[in-house]
Amino acid sequence: MAFNFAQWGNDLYTGHRSYPIMQKRRIWFSIVALFSAASIAIIAMQGLNLGIDFRGGSEFTVSGATTTDEDPAVDAVHSVAPNQEVLVSQVGDGAVRVQTAELTDDTELNAVRDALAEAYAVPASEVTSGFIGPTWGESVSQKALIGTLVFVAAAAAFMALYFRAWRMALAGILAVLLDLLVSAGVYAAVGWEVTPSTIIGFLTILGFSLYDKVVVFDKVRENTATVLEQSRSTYAERANLAVNQTFVRSINTSVVALLPVAGILFVGAFLLGAGTLKDLSLSLFVGIAVGAASSIFLAPPLDVMFRQGDAKIREHTAKVLAAREGLASEGASDAALAAAAAGTSQLIPGSHQGQRAQPRRRR
Amino acid sequence: MTIFTMLLPLAVLVAGSQLDARSEENPDGASLAPALALDLQGGTQIVLQAVTSDGSEITPEAMDEAVGVIRQRVDANGVTEADIAVQGDRQIIVEIPGEVDDETIALISKAAQMKFRPVLTVGSPLATADPSAEAEGESGDEADSENADGQGENANADGENANADGENANADGENANGEGSAEEGNAATSDEELLQQIADEQEELDPTDPSDLAQITPAVQELADRTDCTDPANLEGGGGDNPNLPLVTCDQTGVAKYILGPVEVAGTELTSASSGLGVGANGVQTNEWVVNLTFNDEGTAAFRETTERLQSLESPRNQFAITLDGLVVSAPSLSPGVIITNGQAEISGTFTRDSAATLANQLSFGSLPLTFEVQSQNQISATLGTEQLQRGLFAGLIGLILVVVYSLFQYRTLGGLTIASLIVAGVMTYVVIALLSWGMGYRLSLPGVAGLIVAIGFTADSFIVYFERIRDELRDGRSLRLAVQRGWVRARRTIYAAKSVNLLSAIILYFMTVGGVRGFAFTLGLTTVIDILVVIWFTHPMMELLAKVPFFRDGHKWSGLSPDRLRLSSGGPRYKGAGRVEWEPGSTQVPSESVEVADEPAERTPAYAGAQAQSVPSGGAASGGAVPGGGAAPASATRAPDGRRMTIAERRAAERKAASEAAKNEEQL
Repeated sequence: MAFNFAQWGNDLYTGHRSYPIMQKRRIWFSIVALFSAASIAIIAMQGLNLGIDFRGGSEFTVSGATTTDEDPAVDAVHSVAPNQEVLVSQVGDGAVRVQTAELTDDTELNAVRDALAEAYAVPASEVTSGFIGPTWGESVSQKALIGTLVFVAAAAAFMALYFRAWRMALAGILAVLLDLLVSAGVYAAVGWEVTPSTIIGFLTILGFSLYDKVVVFDKVRENTATVLEQSRSTYAERANLAVNQTFVRSINTSVVALLPVAGILFVGAFLLGAGTLKDLSLSLFVGIAVGAASSIFLAPPLDVMFRQGDAKIREHTAKVLAAREGLASEGASDAALAAAAAGTSQLIPGSHQGQRAQPRRRR
Repeated sequence: MTIFTMLLPLAVLVAGSQLDARSEENPDGASLAPALALDLQGGTQIVLQAVTSDGSEITPEAMDEAVGVIRQRVDANGVTEADIAVQGDRQIIVEIPGEVDDETIALISKAAQMKFRPVLTVGSPLATADPSAEAEGESGDEADSENADGQGENANADGENANADGENANADGENANGEGSAEEGNAATSDEELLQQIADEQEELDPTDPSDLAQITPAVQELADRTDCTDPANLEGGGGDNPNLPLVTCDQTGVAKYILGPVEVAGTELTSASSGLGVGANGVQTNEWVVNLTFNDEGTAAFRETTERLQSLESPRNQFAITLDGLVVSAPSLSPGVIITNGQAEISGTFTRDSAATLANQLSFGSLPLTFEVQSQNQISATLGTEQLQRGLFAGLIGLILVVVYSLFQYRTLGGLTIASLIVAGVMTYVVIALLSWGMGYRLSLPGVAGLIVAIGFTADSFIVYFERIRDELRDGRSLRLAVQRGWVRARRTIYAAKSVNLLSAIILYFMTVGGVRGFAFTLGLTTVIDILVVIWFTHPMMELLAKVPFFRDGHKWSGLSPDRLRLSSGGPRYKGAGRVEWEPGSTQVPSESVEVADEPAERTPAYAGAQAQSVPSGGAASGGAVPGGGAAPASATRAPDGRRMTIAERRAAERKAASEAAKNEEQL
């Protein structure tokens, strides 16, 4: 029988099938801890490879060139300094501007100049070189950083107010920050140059990840709104059901968000080589995948863990478990207990037994 | 009504592209295609060379500060994503997409150093003026009449330039008379030497306050005498005046010459500047464009002190001059009794609407620490070229097709609504971007294009959330009409909450950052708003309509909303509310897990929704299965060992025991 997606979704919704996400939270936490530690290690050891826009670089201007094609310049620079990103543009009439990462070595600088002169068939004196400062200077980075911090704080405040639970907000923000860390680690591991596009990609991740967490948490909130007024299931079980119920949505959303990005990544990385598209799409692809995964496996379990710090929830959990213990010892059916443990909201009707339920007259 | 609202932007755009078409001469005009940013379209490269009038050092810090100020000024004009970088030691390269007009160049290269100085004297603009050609300062009648008085006094002090206490109020009058010899005598001294001399002389002086006339030393007078305000070279301005020394300068329009005291309030004390129409004395709006200033606490205090002191002085010393890049923009006199305590000031002058806006812009983002000259202005080609854009769009198209295929697979015919909604959102986004590139100079860069492609995911998610909610309601056994109604209410809440987080981030990032991040924030905010509008205006009404179409209402197999498909697996009884239970198993396919339960031979055992034993968590609940079984107790036994009929609980326990026994046996086999 082919895997039936709709049926699987139904089972998840009713609690018929339930993945123990909250119960196995230690596993998810250790995976995340592992990835985070690896990311920190990679970033600390290798560092992020910052591009021209952040560090500045060398700039060559070729005047009086007969052709203003880009390719000769790229080839010329690569003949001296391979693997450097080269930006070529035409300035005014017949002048070509070539920018590349900073060449500190004088011989290298001269070699690039000669190569450029040769490539464009002009005398070496027509090629001027100089240092170009970063277009994305420290002040820009600082502003972006402050803006991001304020935004994260505001988002946390918003979530705390909306869900009326600061623990949820804390769990959400923590998960989002870990997403960013892991994405940055992957980016550092690949070793591609960090450009302004990359930064914008990371901000998009931040937005997407937060968005996804709000959607999942909203379902958790809905399921657990009245959790204290009943004694069938614990908070963790209700939250687990919520995550299972949004499973289908999460998968659909991530697929729909990832498909276009995968398209860009494919075109950018394999057909175009270096460039804005590649930088942007890699960070987006990794970030969206990580963000979607952490909305299921990291944020809700974190929330549940934090909730155990809440005295009311803790007491309630203990009460429910004790009551269940009692039920089990009375011999309640497994199925009923399992249903309760899955946190399902569907009530289970008993069957009427007619007079069979009546005590028999002793003979 | 909603359709009208949705079509309105499109109509405006079409009208705009007809009436104000974008062309070579009119780069800011409307067009059906959005304007492209620097990386895709190229633009204008302006090289600014830092110059200092007084030969002071150009520090890297000052250059960085200048870059920051220029960036803010450029950004204030819209979301253009200009590139600004320091080149070498004293050049700044500004790259702006598209064509650049003179006003923009003035905006980025003007120093905009604003200072408030007390007026010491006002005079005729000419270097060798006739005393009768008295200055018609723009400062009003009072100033004029006072000037006339000054003339009289001056007659006594004539020729006593050296006298520090002398009433030099009418400087030009004196110059006119006695200047012949003085000029010749000092002909050799250059302006620089004079400035040096002024500085030396001021050091020895100890003026009681900035309005002290003692500050007009012979050298100051000498310089004032020489300055010719009708010479255009003297009206260019520059940022290099020393704030601690008196200043000889001209009115912006060249109609008057001023000797001003040291700076009392610097432009850095400004918190904000805005332009608008002036308000007259009786609160009626005048037809004059003015720039309104607000000071910070320090500036307010300094301003109050100044106005208090000036209040007691005679004209023209009760005026203070507002200088911009060393030239007097306006020199208002204080009305008697007025002391400005709230830090609100207004500059009036010969402003037009545009020049007032430019000035306010320059002022609100601070002054450039250096003076810049435009060294060259060149066309620059795109760094990425159209090839990248085309491939990017191609990639987006592939992605979109995949999304279409996937949503049709997931939601069957309902996927069509997703696609239609995405198309509506896409068209709206396109129209709004084209409108904004006309209205506020928005430019689409390659990261922007990528951001829009990513936005497909965000947008589609609201539909997915909505549809999943509807399905949830259907699973609970509601009719489609009711499911749409209730699903919408619940989905709406989620969508609003999640989108507000996005919108919040977009707004905060837009106002707190510069450059590319700002552009990103703009795109994010735009797509979020459009997404919400599309869900409310298009997707939900369409869904309500579809709920009435028999194909969907009756849950056709391919509608994506078929109750059979959605309830298939629940198999067992379903609580329908109000005490009713639905037993219909609908079971052509009973999932394997529930088979064991359903096939129980004896009586009809309730099938439990969610009865999957392996999902039982580690709690006490799972203990049931582990009963150590030695005894026989067959599953069919309904009698206790003592022959009594078992209670329900006992019977269950026995059954369970038997089941686990059976499982064990099976495993062993």
